[in-house]
Amino acid sequence: MSLIEVKDLGVQFQTRDGLIYAVNGINFALERGQTLGIVGESGSGKSQSVLAMMGLLANNGKATGQALYQGQDLLAMKPAELNKIRGNRVAMIFQDPMTSLNPYLTVERQMTEVLQLHKGLDRKSARARSVALLDAVKIPEAARRIAMYPHEFSGGMRQRVMIAMALLCEPEVLIADEPTTALDVTVQAQIIALLRDLQRDFGTAIVMITHDLGVVAGLCDEVMVLYGGRVMEQGDANSIFYSASHPYTVGLLGAIPRLDAEDEALVAIPGAPPNMARQPKGCPFSERCTLASEQCREVLPALLAAENNPAVRRACHKSIQTVSELAAKGVSHA
Amino acid sequence: MLEAAQPILSVRDLKVHFKVKAGGAWPWSPARTLKAVDGVSFDIHAGETLGVVGESGCGKSTLARAVLNLIPATAGSIVWMGQEMTGASSQAWLAVRKDIQMIFQDPLASLDPRMTIAQIIAEPLRTHHAGMPDDEVMKRVKAMMGRVGLTAQQINRYPHEFSGGQCQRIGIARALILEPKLIICDEPVSALDVSIQAQIINLLKELQKSMGLALIFIAHDLAVVKHISDRILVMYLGHEMEVAQKKALYATPRHPYTQALLWAIPIPDPALERKKVIQLLHGDLPSPMAPPSGCVFRTRCPLAIERCAQEVPELRRLNEQSEAACLLA
Repeated sequence: MSLIEVKDLGVQFQTRDGLIYAVNGINFALERGQTLGIVGESGSGKSQSVLAMMGLLANNGKATGQALYQGQDLLAMKPAELNKIRGNRVAMIFQDPMTSLNPYLTVERQMTEVLQLHKGLDRKSARARSVALLDAVKIPEAARRIAMYPHEFSGGMRQRVMIAMALLCEPEVLIADEPTTALDVTVQAQIIALLRDLQRDFGTAIVMITHDLGVVAGLCDEVMVLYGGRVMEQGDANSIFYSASHPYTVGLLGAIPRLDAEDEALVAIPGAPPNMARQPKGCPFSERCTLASEQCREVLPALLAAENNPAVRRACHKSIQTVSELAAKGVSHA
Repeated sequence: MLEAAQPILSVRDLKVHFKVKAGGAWPWSPARTLKAVDGVSFDIHAGETLGVVGESGCGKSTLARAVLNLIPATAGSIVWMGQEMTGASSQAWLAVRKDIQMIFQDPLASLDPRMTIAQIIAEPLRTHHAGMPDDEVMKRVKAMMGRVGLTAQQINRYPHEFSGGQCQRIGIARALILEPKLIICDEPVSALDVSIQAQIINLLKELQKSMGLALIFIAHDLAVVKHISDRILVMYLGHEMEVAQKKALYATPRHPYTQALLWAIPIPDPALERKKVIQLLHGDLPSPMAPPSGCVFRTRCPLAIERCAQEVPELRRLNEQSEAACLLA
């Protein structure tokens, strides 16, 4: 049994414009010590899928399918049961550390609360453990700084506080929703190195949500590429990066400004990110795909194992041959 | 007439200081000084792109605004086409802004929500060419919309009807309508999705080539500016750390901060990224209200020695391609 197993997860929102399908049929399994990267642009449903797992959807949202943690379905649980797991066994780090910490409470109060609630520790030992964790995430003078309020920390330090807080109960799964997007590159490098160390030391499984394929490359074993609320491609990191089999992945890889490439024009993906209220009938990427045919616009491609590589699942009508030719063309443009 | 070798814009020892009152300070207690930009010098030649890179709080946006006198400079000189602009009247600045335009970071916030696209793009023409007949204005607006990849049917729409990338195209059209000589792009792509970023960078490059524009391209990471710049200026805490030709900067970064910035960018290649050994910078940016003595970077510099705390390193020429402000470079 996997530590986390997500089966056919879907998220719908009831809006004035009708029902919006933000996430459709996501499947993945995660073992101890593994890292899954969920990659996508704005509106791809990457954040909503994990918020659904944690029972944190907005009021008009509804999750379908199953999210099993050690065989128990998180989606079917009552809030009281869920509270025993989230923050305790499955913890989350949010994108914006300023708005996800409580500005009225000191860091100490916010951290000890978690331990008192989940572990039944008294205030004093909870404080000692909190200081130890702030030390572990390399906050200088942790014993003094724990008494400070969130606004007294810089952005990078606040993100460290968030990570320390998420790790308080030694969770088995850590969900990180764009933990470095709001940070500077040098601080981002610090945080990624920290996550890597923590994973090595504690064997935590990590779900890393990001739009930055560079972050995924250094951290993740498995990668899932989302577009318009659907999985475009899913597989091990090496296959996705070195032999991308979906036109969207090829486009994403071509669009990143890279340091190790010569200064050719970037390969832009034409068009704009999808409008979730007006999804095409067929493949969500068909509007922007250079290979798209009539079939792509009309028929939704199923997510199937790739013919040449069973470790990769892809949702595309075009053959792997055609897509790899596209990838080669993108490079030779250079 | 200017000679070809002469820069169109020449900035010398530019300083922008702000007076700041600490929260809860007494009304009579003296204000403290925040040195957002502290002695920056650079030249820009016609058709050239200067990339300005630095992390948040390094003063790169303040620098951009000071060049246009949107924030008055405290000291230093700005020479535009041979004309000294320090202490110039607002009339003189208005005339200069015909030739220097700006593109902003937040594409939606920089467009007036109550104006149509046609009105937004035409506004600079109405300001600088007040007598231009309406049909001529419309002709130019339509032509410009075509050049930046907007369609003529969109002309009467409002900004909220557009996506982020399209809003940035509107911002670019507005900046280009006067056919300026220099455009200052203040993080024009950092609010956009990766696939859209590439569209905008390619568009800017192509327009630059066809119109012979000079660009100041501000960004917070070195990967983005690599694709567009000829020369790159690296800033830290209001100071210039390194100025170098692009090739030299990426191949042999001379300043430890430039090196750290380069190493910190994750490479989208699992094998390379995993075996990369990097020198992590410790800690955070010091407060610009109380910058460190000597070299401002010394508190985070892995190479810092005692001398760094005492001497302020001058930006000095190391070779044909590079200048750096480091005692050890």
